[in-house]
Amino acid sequence: MSITVEQSEAKPSGPAAAVVLASGIGAFVLGLFTTLNEASSGINDFLQFSDDVGPLSGKTILATAAFFVAWAVFAVLWRGRDVAWRPVLTATVVLLALGFLGTFPTFFEAFAD
Amino acid sequence: MELSNREFWTIIHGMVLGSLFLLAFAGGLAGLYSYRPEWMTGEGIRERATRLRYGIGLMALVAWLTVLTGTWIVYPWYRENLSEVGDDRYAGCEGLQVPNADCSPRDFLLSQASGDTESWHKFWFEWKEHIAWIAPMLATAAAFLVFYYGRSLAQTPFLRRLAIWLFVGAFAVAGIAGLIGALVTKTAPIT
Repeated sequence: MSITVEQSEAKPSGPAAAVVLASGIGAFVLGLFTTLNEASSGINDFLQFSDDVGPLSGKTILATAAFFVAWAVFAVLWRGRDVAWRPVLTATVVLLALGFLGTFPTFFEAFAD
Repeated sequence: MELSNREFWTIIHGMVLGSLFLLAFAGGLAGLYSYRPEWMTGEGIRERATRLRYGIGLMALVAWLTVLTGTWIVYPWYRENLSEVGDDRYAGCEGLQVPNADCSPRDFLLSQASGDTESWHKFWFEWKEHIAWIAPMLATAAAFLVFYYGRSLAQTPFLRRLAIWLFVGAFAVAGIAGLIGALVTKTAPIT
């Protein structure tokens, strides 16, 4: 199954493109902080939003915040607009791939402090 | 039958919420895949649009609840530091076959008290605890497409396929996390 890019005639694509791109941004931020957490003890300390949960608390709160804030920002910017899907999907796939890479233990442990 | 508070929340996280998401996936995927005008009447599309909205919207909510209960309720019990005595980080785990009140599941796995178990935490659980959070983001994006486009999703193959890819991505990530969670729980249960 392949995705051929075309535009919907029914509704502007902006709001939908906003949430799709936001999912990539959220995943990327998660991967970024997961790797930075290993690379720096200062960032590890910063990410301990909760003593019980440890640095996972900061990583997931920041990633979730990035997802919802990015969604809100792009939803406002692209409100009522038709946005070209191809660059949005390309950016989303790249961000998701980087997010997956950053959360993969073999990768992030290579940066261990 | 008696369940401890910890066992109760472990069941809510993995067997109720996590399983609900994974089991409902097949229905959601079939609904999205066959959501096309050449296969349905106008009345059928209207009915399907409502069912998809509630179904996939509920799945996105369940995905968020799964990661929230997992990270904020169950995970602190998994990672407690209970076994440290003096300089010996895993003294409380010595000779154990399963974790107990003096040895959390993470310490039990890292102590290697019952065999070669370190990688269960260092690779597998570390992977699971992070990627699981990508599932609700992808599921939310899929749900938004279904809510936003409604019946017109059936008329636009590109958008329907995009919703399917997001939905499948959420399932794949949740499936990996769920499988690892089940296997780690088998080796080192939270008691």
